Amino acid sequence: MSFLTLSHLQKSFGATKVVHDFNMAIDKGEFISFLGPSGCGKTTVLRMIAGFELPSGGSIVIDGKDQTRLKPNQRNIGMVFQAYALFPNMNVFDNVAFGLKVAGKPKSEIETRVKEMLKLIHLEHLADRYPYQMSGGQQQRVALARALAPAPQVLLLDEPLSALDAKIRVSLREEIRQIQRQLGITTVFVTHDQEEALSISDRIVVMNAGKADQIGTPGEIYNRPTTRFVANFVGTLNVIQATLVNGSTGALKIGEETLSLPQSIEGKADGSQISIAFRPEAAMLAGPSTGPAVLSGTVLSSNFLGSVLRTKVDLGGNIISFDMFNHPSATLPKAGETVTLALQQDGLMVLGD
Amino acid sequence: MKRLWAWAALIIGLLYFILPLVGMTNFSLKMRRGEYSFDAYAKVFADSRFHETFSYSVWMALLTIIFGVFLVVPTAYWVRLKLPFLRPYIEFITLLPLVIPAIVIVFGYIRLYNTSSWLPLTGSYVGTDILLVFGYATLSLPYMYRAVDTGLRTIDVTTLTEAAQSLGAGWVTIIGRIILPNVTVAVMSGAFVTFAIVMGEFTMAALLNKPAFGPYMQLLGANRAYEPAALAVIAFGITWACLGLMQLVSKLQKTPQRPV
Ligand SMILES: Nc1ncnc2c1ncn2[C@@H]1O[C@H](COP(=O)(O)OP(=O)(O)OP(=O)(O)O)[C@@H](O)[C@H]1O
Ligand SMILES: [Mg+2]
Repeated sequence: MSFLTLSHLQKSFGATKVVHDFNMAIDKGEFISFLGPSGCGKTTVLRMIAGFELPSGGSIVIDGKDQTRLKPNQRNIGMVFQAYALFPNMNVFDNVAFGLKVAGKPKSEIETRVKEMLKLIHLEHLADRYPYQMSGGQQQRVALARALAPAPQVLLLDEPLSALDAKIRVSLREEIRQIQRQLGITTVFVTHDQEEALSISDRIVVMNAGKADQIGTPGEIYNRPTTRFVANFVGTLNVIQATLVNGSTGALKIGEETLSLPQSIEGKADGSQISIAFRPEAAMLAGPSTGPAVLSGTVLSSNFLGSVLRTKVDLGGNIISFDMFNHPSATLPKAGETVTLALQQDGLMVLGD
Repeated sequence: MKRLWAWAALIIGLLYFILPLVGMTNFSLKMRRGEYSFDAYAKVFADSRFHETFSYSVWMALLTIIFGVFLVVPTAYWVRLKLPFLRPYIEFITLLPLVIPAIVIVFGYIRLYNTSSWLPLTGSYVGTDILLVFGYATLSLPYMYRAVDTGLRTIDVTTLTEAAQSLGAGWVTIIGRIILPNVTVAVMSGAFVTFAIVMGEFTMAALLNKPAFGPYMQLLGANRAYEPAALAVIAFGITWACLGLMQLVSKLQKTPQRPV
C-alpha cells in the first residue's frame, strides 16, 4: 500500500490543459524527483499535492486519507520554495518555530524541537540572525528546517537549489538527501537538472507536457529509457540510423559495417530503417582485440572536459560523441583523423520512436 | 547662467514659503507692546477649549488610524494576492477623496445616515463621532492605501502567504503575524499623514458639529488677533513633527530583506 497516491490528476488553467492524467504511487520514506523541461507541469503537480491548486480531476490520497479538497493549512505538508520565502520580520528561531506556534504547541516543546531542527541543519549558532543577514544557502537550510519542524507527512521541494551557485548546490543536495534519510520522510523534489535528480533520488518521474513519461530508478531512467523523449532529455544521447538486416538475430547494418545486438528486435520488418541510440560512454576507441561491433569514422572535434575527453565523430553521416577517461598521458584525437570505435553491445538501445 | 537661474528659483521658492511663516511667528510673539514674549502662546495653552478640542482631535486621529489600518491592510493585501487585475481600479477609488471635496462627502453622510434613515447615526453623539472617523478615514485613504501598497511591494506576498499556509496558518495569523509586521514602516508613515490631516481638518468636524481642533482654530481666528497666529505656529509644529517622525521611522527600517 503506497503512502502518497496520485490518481488521474488533471489540471487546466482556463482552456489550456497543463497536467494530463498524472498517476503515481509513492512509498513511505521514498525520495522522488520530478524531472522535466520548463513548463511541463512539475510545479503544478507539486502545488496540487500542497493544496495551492485545486485539481480539475483525479485524487490525492495521503496515508489512506483523501486530501484532494483540503485547504493547504489543513494538510500536514512541508514546503520549500525556490526563493526561500523566509519571513523577513522573524529571526531564524522564530521562522523555524512558526509552524509549531500555529499548532499551539507548548513553549518548552517548541524550544526543544527548534533546537533539534537547527542542529540538523548545522545552524545552531545563527538562531538570532534575520534572513537578510544570511547567505542563500543558509536561508534555504533554515527554510528546510522550518518546513520539517512540524513533522509533516510529506516534504515538497520546488527547485530549492536553483538560486544557489554550483558548489553549494551540490553540497546542499547531499545534505537534503542525508536529512531526508535520517528522518525517513516521504519527499518530492522538483528539478530540471538531470544530474541533481540522478544523484539523489530513489525514483525519478520524467515529465513531458503534463504527463509522466517514465517512472523509474535513476539507473533505469538513464540506462533503459522507454521513450525517445526520456532518452534525449536525460544524459547525452547519440542516435544513429541503421538498417535492420535480421530482426530475430539482432543483426543490423550501419553504413557499410554490420553488427549485431545482443537481443532480437521485434516489431520491425527486415530491411527497414531503425534508430539506434547509445550514450557517449558506451563507445570507445577500438583496440586490436575488440569484438564485432566496430565502426570507423572521421574525427570532427575533441573537447577536454576535465575527467573525461569528449570527441565528436562522423560515422557515415551520423554525428556522434564518445567519451574517454582522462589520464595524464591521454592525447586528444585530432580533427580529420580516422578512428575506429567499438560499441558496447549492451549499451545500444533501439528507439521505439 | 543656468545655475544662476536655478539658484534664483530656489531662493524665490524658499522666500515664498518661509516669509509668511517668519511673519506669522514674529507676529505671534508681539502680543506685549514693544517687546517679544510668549504671551499669546500662554493664552492659548491656558484656554480650556484648546485642551478639549486638541485632545478630542488626537483621539479621533488615533481611532481613524486604527480603523484605517484595519480597512486598508487586509484590502491592499487581498488585492495583491487574489485580485491583482483590480489594482488599477482600487487605486482609482482610493484617489477619489482627493477629487471630491470633503463637504460633498460629509453632506452625503448626513443625508444617508439622517435621523429618519435605517442607520440614524446623526441622531446621537457617538453616532456623529463614528461618522467623523469614517469621514477622516476616507480623507486619509489616498495616503494610507498608497503607503501600504508600496510597503507590500517590498515583500513577496504570494510566496510568504503560501509558506505560512503550508505551515498551518489561517488568514488572521497570516495578516497579523506576517503581513502587518512587514509593512509596519509603511503603516507608520500612512498613520502620521492621517494624524496631520485629522488635526487640521475643518469642514467635516464643523458640519457634524464636533468639538474638534480645526473648528476651534477657525473660531479663534475670527475673534482674536495674536492667539490665532500662535495657534497656527503650534499646528504647523505638529505637522512638522509628524513629517520628522515619518523620516525617522523609515530610517530605522532594516535593509531590504528579499532574496534576489
Ligand atoms: N496560474 C496559472 N495560470 C495559467 N497558466 C499557468 C498557471 N500556472 C502555470 N501555468 C502554466 O502551466 C504550465 C506548467 O507550469 P509549471 O509551473 O507547472 O511548469 P514547471 O514544470 O514547473 O516549469 P519550470 O521548470 O519552468 O518551473 C506552463 O505552461 C504555465 O504557463
Ligand atoms: Mg516550476
